[in-house]
Amino acid sequence: MEWETVIGLEIHAQLATKSKIFSGAPTAYGAEPNTQACAVDLGLPGVLPVLNEQVVLMAIKFGLAIDAEIPERSIFARKNYFYPDLPKGYQISQFELPIVSRGNLEIQLEDGTTKTVGVTRAHLEEDAGKSMHEGFGDQTGIDLNRAGTPLLEIVSEPDMRNAKEAVAYMKKIHSIVRYLEICDGNMQEGSFRCDANVSMRPKGQEEFGTRTELKNINSFRFVEQAINIEIERQIDILEDGGKITQETRLFDPDKNETRSMRSKEEANDYRYFPDPDLLPVQIEAELIEKIRSELPELPNAKKQRFIDQFKLSDYDSGVLTAQKEIADYFETCVSTAEGEAKLSANWIAGELSASLNKESKDITESPVSAEMLGGMIKRIKDDTISGKIAKQVFEAMWNGEGDADSIIESKGLKQVTDTGAIEILVDDVITNSPDQVAQYQAAPEEKQGKLIGYFVGQIMKQSQGKANPKQVNELLKEKLKS
Amino acid sequence: MHQSTLAQLSTALESNQINSEELTRLYLERCKQFNESLNCFITINEELALAQANAADKLRAAGNASPLTGIPIAQKDIFCTKGIKTSCGSKMLDNFIAPYDATVIEKMNAAGIVNIGKTNMDEFAMGSSNETSFYGAVKNPWDQDTVPGGSSGGSASAVAARLSPAATGTDTGGSIRQPASLCGITGLKPTYGRVSRYGMIAFASSLDQGGPMTQTAEDAALMMNVIAGFDERDSTSAEHPVDDYTTKLNDSIDGLKIGLPKEYFGEGLDSNIAKCVEDGIKELEKLGATCKEIELPNTELSIPAYYVVAPAECSSNLSRFDGVRFGHRCEDPKDLSDLYCRSRGEGFGKEVKRRIMIGAYVLSAGYYDAYYLKAQQIRHLIRDDFQNALKDVDVIAGPTATGTAFKLNEMIDDPISMYLSDLYTVSVNLAGLPAISVPAGFVNNLPVGMQLIGNYFEESRLLNIAHQFQQATDHHKAIPGGFE
Repeated sequence: MEWETVIGLEIHAQLATKSKIFSGAPTAYGAEPNTQACAVDLGLPGVLPVLNEQVVLMAIKFGLAIDAEIPERSIFARKNYFYPDLPKGYQISQFELPIVSRGNLEIQLEDGTTKTVGVTRAHLEEDAGKSMHEGFGDQTGIDLNRAGTPLLEIVSEPDMRNAKEAVAYMKKIHSIVRYLEICDGNMQEGSFRCDANVSMRPKGQEEFGTRTELKNINSFRFVEQAINIEIERQIDILEDGGKITQETRLFDPDKNETRSMRSKEEANDYRYFPDPDLLPVQIEAELIEKIRSELPELPNAKKQRFIDQFKLSDYDSGVLTAQKEIADYFETCVSTAEGEAKLSANWIAGELSASLNKESKDITESPVSAEMLGGMIKRIKDDTISGKIAKQVFEAMWNGEGDADSIIESKGLKQVTDTGAIEILVDDVITNSPDQVAQYQAAPEEKQGKLIGYFVGQIMKQSQGKANPKQVNELLKEKLKS
Repeated sequence: MHQSTLAQLSTALESNQINSEELTRLYLERCKQFNESLNCFITINEELALAQANAADKLRAAGNASPLTGIPIAQKDIFCTKGIKTSCGSKMLDNFIAPYDATVIEKMNAAGIVNIGKTNMDEFAMGSSNETSFYGAVKNPWDQDTVPGGSSGGSASAVAARLSPAATGTDTGGSIRQPASLCGITGLKPTYGRVSRYGMIAFASSLDQGGPMTQTAEDAALMMNVIAGFDERDSTSAEHPVDDYTTKLNDSIDGLKIGLPKEYFGEGLDSNIAKCVEDGIKELEKLGATCKEIELPNTELSIPAYYVVAPAECSSNLSRFDGVRFGHRCEDPKDLSDLYCRSRGEGFGKEVKRRIMIGAYVLSAGYYDAYYLKAQQIRHLIRDDFQNALKDVDVIAGPTATGTAFKLNEMIDDPISMYLSDLYTVSVNLAGLPAISVPAGFVNNLPVGMQLIGNYFEESRLLNIAHQFQQATDHHKAIPGGFE
């Protein structure tokens, strides 16, 4: 039978506020356990939550960015369950009336087509603490630093049909929250994570199959991996005539498998009800309009502008706009390079990106700033250096030896464009290579292009790469004719 | 001196007839002398009270005293007090020392008030007799075989016996007014949101409200001047201007329109109680008030609605008592579930468990709409009833409780009867209105309270009427035998 996969994602984006969603404690990552948890985060008797207004503004921003509805009134609810790292015995979340409802998002597929994925809702909630099972003997340690950290849970419609679409969707949301500067997107630290709901149905059937929920997947690669092995597992069961159990499964990247955490029967009845400690959030139309007017340019719009303004290809624009910092870097680079967009794009996507990858650095940590790279490209463009020499210059900049001009100066890398000087080199090599000259002249025209490489190589060697290759080629062709 | 009201003590301190240390020692002596029999304190703060008294004397000498500076006031053990045990009447919190002060306590401290002790209460404020306390029942000083009412029974008993000139209480379904009625004192439940709930251990968050328990309405006004006001740490506290609650006390009540709900004087009310309340209303008429019968047609739904909403909220509010971070933890838990079950099983008493179970049930999938949602709808109806009635009248008057103080153990195994005795008080909490109970006479030597219910934020008016009533009557001056 031919199967169709149905995938929906629940993404948790940690909102980049300084303080927690319902208390004044700081949210910074990596502090000593329990040093960033105040009385409210500890759930001490008598304490009360007070909503951090920033989170509301951030959620609205997100809603507007995905063209969603922002209801006038939104309420917080208590999700009741017991767990040691959940201090109050309930999580303050939203159930009915979330802050963002019904939006949608366009994703680019590998074949170049686009697809619209629906976003059912996005709601605000507090994160729980962390249980630490190692280092305490047969006991468990609790770190409540993370308790009360604001999260935006973004729930998609079951609109995705394979793992690659799910990854594209997740990347798009990742890009948007970073563009909006509402989430740092750091997946290692858990600031951006996702649960995937996966089910199978016979192709053509409208009704959904029974789904499983894959928990806490914290990288794009793992999303794809986890979904694909879950698809295989489900198909195996179904083709053997079995049934899928509705359950929550945990993805284990080390063993490359998913395993059952709890079944539907064991699932909690969360006994949601409106939190009586918090008033409903009333959102005025003027506030929404104000936020809308202040929204930054978003990935799709920026990509289109790059295509129009810089005459870049669809692919290049996509790569450059996927991350806001890369797009910003590119624009600064182009403006320093006096408008040289194509070369800037190539250098950023090529040499720079490779160097960053090699050292696992983000573009914001690049030792070569956008101005430095732009300054170098300017020198390629005005023929001060060749593309080949530029690689040397780039490497020197990467190693902190200064900007392009000072490196070119100190290393004497300025390209030789003086025709007289090049002519001497050309004449020299022709005189010293009679065999090669003869071979060249005897060869049919279509092979000459290849044979000329020898002479160019010799000249570049003589000039230590500084001779302008275009001039060298032209002169050689001229002189070798006779 | 111990028979004095807050207002009188304030004058005595102001005129140097006595200083705070002497006054505090006097009340500490009474507390120690009578607490064994009445059991109204869980903790008597001797050391702290004397330190605060000395500080208050210095403040006064420096000319920085406010009216209540240096006066001892007892605090219900539901308000978190930094460094002093806050038990909430439960074994669960027998070992709990809060690292912070409730807003009410902070305001009292800032006013230089002496925190003489933490009063006994029904466990987590759940009860109408003070018998559910882990620390044992409190006795009513008017007849020590009877209950003081609850849940603020320790506060009511302490003020009635003059072990403290005044106390704080909290009122979720009548927990200030009913014990005030049963102990013959004055108790004000302010408008929901008027007094901050921060640091007041939550029972039912949408109903809980702290307030004063005093000998007179004037004293209640003095205390309200200290504790009322917006608190940014409590999102449900009201950003409504705060009155000086003493300024209107002496206004005439000539022309006041009083509504008498026919549902409050019908069956279920002891005829002797009805007589006391009617006499009280006649006194108000003598002062120029006029009365008319009104209807609050959904009154009978208030008890069932209350006993859905309050347990629902309590079941969730009490989830934090899990033996993990503070409070009672069972010995040698064998796993997580054992830790939860035994810590909570051992730490909570019977009534608290009953309400947690009711609450968890009404919020469960499949029952939510039929119970919780329905109760919330009834709550709207009850609020509308009051709003309609208060269009025609200024205040609503009636009995506070269905009877006088009942015998210890009389109703402890009959929770339904106990719940039904809250008939006149719970609807006020469901509507969020302010109400005051004032002594209106005696039946068989036991006090009877009259309740006055006002519109939102009309505490000043209620205090004015109650004060005028107390200028014309002496019920509030009576002191139980043996405590004079």
